[in-house]
Amino acid sequence: MNARPAVGDRPEQATRDATRAAGTTTAAPPSGQAHSAASAGQGAGQDELLAHFDALIEQGETIEPRDWMPDGYRRMLIRQIAQHAHSEIIGMQPEGAWLTRAPSLHRKSVLIAKVQDEAGHGLYLYSAAETLGVDRADLLDALHLGRQRASATFNHPALTWADTGAIAWLTDGAAVINQAPLCRTSYGPYARAMRRVCQEEAFHVRQGYDLMRALCKGTPEQKAMAQDAVDRWWLPAVALMFGPPDTEAGGSDARTAALGAAVSRRAMAWGIKRHTNDELRQRFVDQCVPQAERLGLTLPDPAIRWNEERGHYDFSPIDWDTYRTALGEDTHWARRRIDHRKAAHDEGAWVREAAAAYAAREEASGAPAGPAADVHRQTQEERV
Amino acid sequence: MTTTSDQRANPAASACPDVDLATHLLRLGDDALVLGQRLCAWITRAPLIEEDLALSNIALDLVGHARALLTRSGRLDGTGRTEDDLAFTRRERDFTNALLTELPNGDFATTIARQLAYTHYACLYYEALAGCPDPELAAFGARAAKEVAFHRLHADRWVRQLGLGTAQSARRMQQGLERVWPYTAELFDEDDVVRRLAATGAVPSPAPLRPAWEREVTKVVTGAGLTVPTPSWTAGGGRSGLHTEEFTDLIGELQSVHRQFPGGTW
Repeated sequence: MNARPAVGDRPEQATRDATRAAGTTTAAPPSGQAHSAASAGQGAGQDELLAHFDALIEQGETIEPRDWMPDGYRRMLIRQIAQHAHSEIIGMQPEGAWLTRAPSLHRKSVLIAKVQDEAGHGLYLYSAAETLGVDRADLLDALHLGRQRASATFNHPALTWADTGAIAWLTDGAAVINQAPLCRTSYGPYARAMRRVCQEEAFHVRQGYDLMRALCKGTPEQKAMAQDAVDRWWLPAVALMFGPPDTEAGGSDARTAALGAAVSRRAMAWGIKRHTNDELRQRFVDQCVPQAERLGLTLPDPAIRWNEERGHYDFSPIDWDTYRTALGEDTHWARRRIDHRKAAHDEGAWVREAAAAYAAREEASGAPAGPAADVHRQTQEERV
Repeated sequence: MTTTSDQRANPAASACPDVDLATHLLRLGDDALVLGQRLCAWITRAPLIEEDLALSNIALDLVGHARALLTRSGRLDGTGRTEDDLAFTRRERDFTNALLTELPNGDFATTIARQLAYTHYACLYYEALAGCPDPELAAFGARAAKEVAFHRLHADRWVRQLGLGTAQSARRMQQGLERVWPYTAELFDEDDVVRRLAATGAVPSPAPLRPAWEREVTKVVTGAGLTVPTPSWTAGGGRSGLHTEEFTDLIGELQSVHRQFPGGTW
């Protein structure tokens, strides 16, 4: 993925870029071609460009779409943002399946709003990825063809109503811990998208906890349903939401940990990541244990206990092989998610074609944008 | 639609204004609930992520309308039933939504055709309701009319895009209109309940709104290069609890979790 002129950039950003370009001569001119600036730089001033980039990271400045950036940085971001966007879109499915069965109208409203937020998060994130020179349609194709993935957490089946609560409390809870530091990630459009995402996710966690609390205060059958959901969603959240171990403490073997650590170090040096996977995982466990106690639910890990010396809860090492096999890309559940997504995409192709044909037709006829607004205005006038 | 149906919906049906109003609001609430339920089934299956977003937004508003209307109906009918009692413990035959709202989603064009018919009707009706003497109901009407105006804009825009998009989309949009049009007349039906309420000025009757609805939808449909269908038959029965066979599945799904946990609190 090479640099491409960023489109749809915000005007205030262009001004800032212009200021920065004037001061340094390394960034693209505001109305010019970022690509040509970058490729020109690759011959002559690669070191200078890199030094400037490193200085920005060092000063805690954000990197913006028109700034020069190393290819590895761009690739890592595209991969991470796309995976995150795909996870939002695929993550709509396990809960979305319960929209028609929510047991109260209040819970139905809350769940519709939550799934709607996830679609919105997917859109912000695809937009953030697009500032790096990729196209949403291509990213979706990559997801459909298995070249890019969503978090395997969402391959886990949502078997009962209580699963919607466990997902919101645990999975979204894990997401918030993972994502809160990304509000300060070095790439500006990603950081800005994450600020909106995190605010909404934190709200989902509270709603999930509230749903679980209602079940725990309900009939014994309701409480049993809640416990069963936690039994099935705890480990996917702990294991898969934070990624593989990247410290010896969290890894099941030193080699995996070393591999994870290398990737994390690179991401941290670039300011994309702020903490290791294992630090965040520990933070999540520390947050959930007292919450589960308040709910009267048991987390399915007999090794969970407070470690006075560390000031953290201990928990069992994660059996990575189990997760890789159970929820890997070729399993029933993984296929089901992708097939569902592909079916929606394929069945909707004629609608997207129609919308594109209509837009082209309007553009050719020079009609002002917003034909629907015209229709609406006319009917309003007629009524008056 | 007859006195018999009113008696079925509420055995104590009489000229009691509260009971009449409860019956009427239950019908409006059931329309919103059932259509909202149908739209929920689109979420994660829409042709564009933007449409997952738009359809969930519309579904959310509809469930909101249903909650307000069912709550008020339960307070007025003397049974003290809550919104959830009414949504989750009534049987199929007790639901009084118009059949249009329960029609299966079909393809995207059929859903849009159903949205076109409903949103233009609901917007006109809620605007009229905003002028009723009951302040709570009038405030609800004003708020709901504003929300449905956005849903109407969404439907209008898609009818136009599909009608003027490709040959396939125009064909599907026309088929969608043909599919739903026989069900549109029921929205404007007037029975004794509505006549009594309208006579006292408590709530407006939908019947006089039909010409305005015809004008509006005709303008949208013809503007999209499509033809307003002239159906050879007219559906009815929803207001008296006579539904389509597909409705049984819709209610079964809606109520499944609630019914599996008797005495549950959510």
